[in-house]
Amino acid sequence: MANGVMTQTEHIPYLAQKGLKSWILTTDHKRIGILYLVTISFFFMIAGLTALGMRYELMTPELDFFRTATEYNVAFTLHGSLMVFFFIVPGIAASFGNFLIPLMIGARDVAFPRINLLSFWIYLIGTAILLSALAQPADTGWTFYTPYSIQTGTKVIMITLGVFVLGFSSILTGMNFIVTIHKLRAPGMTWSRLPLFIWASYATAILQLLATPVVGITLLLLIAERAFDIGFFDPAKGGDPILFQNFFWFYSHPAVYIMVIPAFGIISEIIPVFARKPIFGYKAIAYSSFAIAIISFFVWLHHMFVSGISETAAAIFSFLTMLVAIPTAIKVFNWTATLYKGSIDFHSSMLYALSFIVLFTVGGLTGVYLGALAVDVHLHDTYFIVAHMHYVMIGGTVMGFFGALHFWYQKWFGKVFNELIAKISWFLIFVGFNVTFFPQFFMGFQGMPRRYATYPEEYISYHVLSTYGSWILGLGILIMTVNLLIPLWKEGRPESSNPYGSLSLEWQVPSPPPHENFDEIPTVTDWTYAYGKK
Amino acid sequence: MSTWIPESASNLAASVDNITLFVTIVSVFFFVLISAVLVGFSIKYRRKSEDQETAYITHNSVIETIWTIIPTILLMVIFAWGWIAFKELRNPPAEAIEVNVVAKQWLWEFEYFTGKKSLNELFVQQNKPVRLIMRSDDVIHSFFVPQFRVKQDILPGSYQQLWFTPTKVGTFDLLCAEYCGSGHSQMLAKVNVLSPEAFARWEKGDELEDGASLAAISVSPAERGKELHSQRGCLACHSVDGKEVIGPTFKNLYGKTESLADGSSVLVDENYLRESIYEPQAKMVAGYPPTMPSFKGILSEDEVTALIEYIKTLK
Repeated sequence: MANGVMTQTEHIPYLAQKGLKSWILTTDHKRIGILYLVTISFFFMIAGLTALGMRYELMTPELDFFRTATEYNVAFTLHGSLMVFFFIVPGIAASFGNFLIPLMIGARDVAFPRINLLSFWIYLIGTAILLSALAQPADTGWTFYTPYSIQTGTKVIMITLGVFVLGFSSILTGMNFIVTIHKLRAPGMTWSRLPLFIWASYATAILQLLATPVVGITLLLLIAERAFDIGFFDPAKGGDPILFQNFFWFYSHPAVYIMVIPAFGIISEIIPVFARKPIFGYKAIAYSSFAIAIISFFVWLHHMFVSGISETAAAIFSFLTMLVAIPTAIKVFNWTATLYKGSIDFHSSMLYALSFIVLFTVGGLTGVYLGALAVDVHLHDTYFIVAHMHYVMIGGTVMGFFGALHFWYQKWFGKVFNELIAKISWFLIFVGFNVTFFPQFFMGFQGMPRRYATYPEEYISYHVLSTYGSWILGLGILIMTVNLLIPLWKEGRPESSNPYGSLSLEWQVPSPPPHENFDEIPTVTDWTYAYGKK
Repeated sequence: MSTWIPESASNLAASVDNITLFVTIVSVFFFVLISAVLVGFSIKYRRKSEDQETAYITHNSVIETIWTIIPTILLMVIFAWGWIAFKELRNPPAEAIEVNVVAKQWLWEFEYFTGKKSLNELFVQQNKPVRLIMRSDDVIHSFFVPQFRVKQDILPGSYQQLWFTPTKVGTFDLLCAEYCGSGHSQMLAKVNVLSPEAFARWEKGDELEDGASLAAISVSPAERGKELHSQRGCLACHSVDGKEVIGPTFKNLYGKTESLADGSSVLVDENYLRESIYEPQAKMVAGYPPTMPSFKGILSEDEVTALIEYIKTLK
């Protein structure tokens, strides 16, 4: 697809330099990507362990694993806030976004490499504040709803301050990516030739830039309210507790798409390579990311259908919620259609991509139940919501993330993992995930409320099944992690720099790539998906 | 339906269930369609040789238009249907009987227009619409009865309403659905739907059903106390097995000498327990928050006696 792509035999890989300083002061986008990858994976593990603890507690209706209900409540607060703010929001966007964007568009680095490092340092400061809060963490849930978050005796300020600081990292990264995509595309890399991961990253960056300041302000108001008793959200002082929910979801709904749109991008990269087919409906996929990004700013009230909002507001937001389902459905059809008349290879990353389609479809369809007003009234705040959001977040984003890890592993680290073990762990993860979360849809229909440390006897069989599933899921992730870590300590390089026959620019450079990616900036002559073009 | 949707026991349940069924049919159809196509393609077009022929297909405007329009139509139907049913959920009939509801950490108080009150037990009459006027004394709670398909958040500083017409005689779980702190999962109550005759008897003051009143006579005060302990919300704060929840545990409480917040101490006897139920803040044990509400007018002297008898058995 490109002229001038280097075929050099002698190059110094970007990983050649050793020592702490080469990492903490690096401005290389690939290294910064690794720094994010390591940090977010750390938080993913911690948050995953708290989830296993919660599931273990829920094996029986009584409180037995945790000593008090507050401990359980702290566990779900930690699980939610670590997963959302420290893993999944910065997740794919910051790790794979950093690694891939310059390589895919044919640039030597992002537009502002030092601001990129600053983003990471701000992210670290945020995590340091959060870790200091772990000694006595909050019990508010990751949503920090007022007035409970004002009245609780647990420490809320530190954890919200951590999230507040993180926001700046997100904003800077988003800004950096937007400028990079606008200014640093290689000659010939027109908008209609861009890989879809770039389109997805661009849509995500806009959301990061526009939505994150709102959550920053909201959390700052909450901190001020707790510290100085101001009364923004406290009705006793003339405030409004619902105002907080409006603010919070004005960010947190677009944030859902900050979490999942990058995964859309990843799936759109993996499937064409392993099906050896052009992505079906390139424009539809690219534009639907933007449609989703824009509509997602106007659906936040669907989190509040039972909070006492007006009927008119409920109707408008239910309508807009239905609209957001359309571009989402289109994407699913497009990915599936891409397989038609292809030559499909079931590499582990392809297995993750295919399971993404299936699981995300479940996540999307169950979202329709929740968008329908009268049905949402019954399902709101039950385990149906828990199941739905995990089908979107794990079935969607995490499947995309794991798929990306397996797909770009050789390129990023210059090592090779064991493919058979990768497939086994994929199978365990796929089965474990479904056994954990599918019963939760039924539990929710039956009325089991979320955030219950103890529960009525009648829900026990669903809970037990769900807990068994969490063990399978945990085992799968453990095996996958070990399988991906072991090669890093072993000698050996991949045999080919482009083993799957991708046409995308990042595969045209050696594995691992040299420090500034390209000896000479390539000139692009065709689109990224010209598989099988005669 | 009953295996995956709970029993329906209100006038509102049927329309909610019909929409749910429609959405389920649509969802199952699309899920099966996508999965079948995905698996079918995966098998048919799996890579059999390295130089396998592939087709160069980039898009197809006709197909793409079709699969945009069909979901759009279905989604609009679901939206409109959901909205119509929602309007019904939100607008109580004028003749609905009003009940005042106060939700607080972690119990439910009900006040009826006759002046009667009840705690953690709502009494309603079969086939008579009820309108609940609800407020919270502290944080946000949510009134949820799965069998009625109704839910409404309850806020401090404003009134929220919810209505339903119970259609089946029986007892249903009332669950708090909005996270409200350490007692959240214990903030449970019962909705007793009574037949018109039973409801009339209850209004006159014969608290218990025939069978229940007979049973009440035959059980010991300590056993009745045990019932009350879980029914009236004591359990949310006071454990019986030594676990510290919000307030002191009841285990080994009787006969113990407690140090109070003001520095003095007190022997836990019958009178101290009675005072602490009726005026919780009079003699506070050191180290606990002053969150317990007074049970004056809620628990009768007989019931307090039964509770004390129960506490005495917890050794």
